[in-house]
Amino acid sequence: MSAVLRVLDPGPLTTVQDGGRPGYAHLGVPRSGALDGPAAALANRLVGNAADAAVLETTLGGVRFSVSMATTVAVTGAVCTLTVGGREEPWGAAVSVPAGVPVTAGPALWGVRSYVAVAGGVLVAPVLGSRSTDTLSGLGPPPLAAGLELPVGSGGRLPPSADVVVPRPRSDETVLSVHPGPRLDRLGPAAWDRLTTSAYRVAADSNRIALRLAGPPLPRPVASPTEEPPGEEPPGEEPPGEARPGVERPGVERPGAEPPTEEPPGAELSSEGIVLGAVQVPHSGQPLVFLADHPTTGGYPVVAVVDPADLPSCAQLRPGDPVRLRPARPNAHAR
Amino acid sequence: MRLLPAGPRAVLVEVDGTEQALALYQRFETERPAGLATDVVPAARTVLFDGVGDLDAVARWLSGPEPSAVRPSAVRPPAGGRVVEVPTVYDGADLGDVARLWDMTTEEVVATHTGTTHTVAFCGFAPGFAYCAGLGREVPRLASPRPRVPAGSVGLAGPFTGVYPTASPGGWRLVGRTRLRLWDSAATPPALLTPGTVVRFVAVPA
Repeated sequence: MSAVLRVLDPGPLTTVQDGGRPGYAHLGVPRSGALDGPAAALANRLVGNAADAAVLETTLGGVRFSVSMATTVAVTGAVCTLTVGGREEPWGAAVSVPAGVPVTAGPALWGVRSYVAVAGGVLVAPVLGSRSTDTLSGLGPPPLAAGLELPVGSGGRLPPSADVVVPRPRSDETVLSVHPGPRLDRLGPAAWDRLTTSAYRVAADSNRIALRLAGPPLPRPVASPTEEPPGEEPPGEEPPGEARPGVERPGVERPGAEPPTEEPPGAELSSEGIVLGAVQVPHSGQPLVFLADHPTTGGYPVVAVVDPADLPSCAQLRPGDPVRLRPARPNAHAR
Repeated sequence: MRLLPAGPRAVLVEVDGTEQALALYQRFETERPAGLATDVVPAARTVLFDGVGDLDAVARWLSGPEPSAVRPSAVRPPAGGRVVEVPTVYDGADLGDVARLWDMTTEEVVATHTGTTHTVAFCGFAPGFAYCAGLGREVPRLASPRPRVPAGSVGLAGPFTGVYPTASPGGWRLVGRTRLRLWDSAATPPALLTPGTVVRFVAVPA
C-alpha cells in the first residue's frame, strides 16, 4: 500500500527535486535537480533514503502538507521552523509524523531553499530518469499546488539516530571561487580583475535558472581579433559564431520558459554549451551564475565558472545578500 | 582546434565551424570512450565536454584522429544515420518575407527548402529543438520575437531551420508547420531530431 502526500499550501514555490537528469544536454535538456545538493542528500540520509531520492525543495516561504500514512520526515537546507500537528519539532532531524497530521515547514529564517525528505522518497513518475521539476523546460512534475497529491514511499528502514545537524555557518559576505571561463578574452584584459574585486549583491530576479548579481558593470563584450587567425575561415562561409555587429542570428532566443537573459539581436557569440556554474555576462554587464535549470546552450560570453564546491551556497543566497567572486587556486579541484 | 577552459570538470572545444563540431560530436558518439564525459554538447562551432573526471584524458582523446580528416566535406549524414521526413504545410506567416529576402517567389522558397538535404547540427534552447543545417542561404531573425509560436512551427534563422517542439516565444521566421511530434519524453531517444539526423522537409497540403 502506497502513501500519498497531500499538499495543503505550497508556499511561493515548492518543487520536487532529486539528482536531476544529466546526460541529455545534447538534446537541449537542462540538468535540473536540487540546487543545494548536499542539503537534499542530508535530508534523505536522515530518513533512511538513498542520497538522491526525490525531496521537496521550498523557496523562502516553506510548505505545508500531510501524509496519508505514518512516516518520517526531515528538513534541511535553509533553516526554518517545523511543526507537526501544531507541535514544534527540530530542524535537521528525523521526525515522526502521524497519518493525516499537517506538517509545516515555515519560512526560511536564513537561506532560501529548505529540503523536506519523506521516508521512501517522493515517487512521482520519473521523466528521463529523474523526478525533478525543471522550471526552464517544464519537464518533470509541475510545481506543487494546493490539493495536489504526490505518491510517496512507505518508509520502512529505520533512520540513523545519531546525526546532529548543524546549520552551515553564515558569513556577512559569501565568497564564490571562480575559474577562468572560455570567453574571458571577449571582455578585455580588465574584466577578470573587475569580476574578482567588485562587490556584488544578489538581484531579486534570481531563480533556479540563474543567480543574478548586481554590481559595477563589466565591460561590454568586444570582438576578439586575436581569436580568429586571418584567413582561417573559408571565404564566403561566415561561421554563425562570428561577431557581426548588426546582423541578427539565431540561437539567442529560447523556446521554452521565461528567458534567463534578454536576447537582443546580434549577440556576440552564436550559442555554445553551458556548464553548471557558468558566469555569463549579458549586455547589461551584470554577471549571472547559471544554476541547475540553466539552458544547455547560450549566446553571451561565459567569462568564469564557479567552482562546483561553492554552488550549494548559491542556492541559499537571498536578494540583497553580498557576494564576491575570488579566483580559485590554480589547481583547486572540487571537493 | 582550441581547448578553452570551462572550470574543473569541463572543457569547451572550439573548432572551425558547424561541420567540424558535428563531426567531433559524431566521433564521440561512435567511439563512446568510457567515462570520458557525462555530457557532450555540440553547438555552432564548439563542442562542450562536461562532467569530465580527467581533463587530460579529454585532451588525449581529442589529439586522436582529426574529425575533419575523417569527414572532409560538408555536413554529411553518418553511415546508417537516421533520416526523418518532416511533412510541412508551407503557409507560415513569414514565407512572403523570406521570399522577398531571397528575391524569389514563395513557390521557389518552398522548392529550395524541400530540395535541400538538411542535417541536425545541434540541439538547444528547448528539449528537442534542433538546428538543421544545409540550406546554404541565410535569413535574419525577426527584429522582435513573437510572444508565442505554436508547437510544430517550422522557422528559419541564420543558416538554420528549426521546428518548435513546444509552443514558446520565438524570433525565427516562420515558413510552415508540421504535425510531427518532435519530443516524447518516454521515447528513446526522446527527441525526433538528434544531432546528425538527416532531415527532409516535404510539402503537404493544408
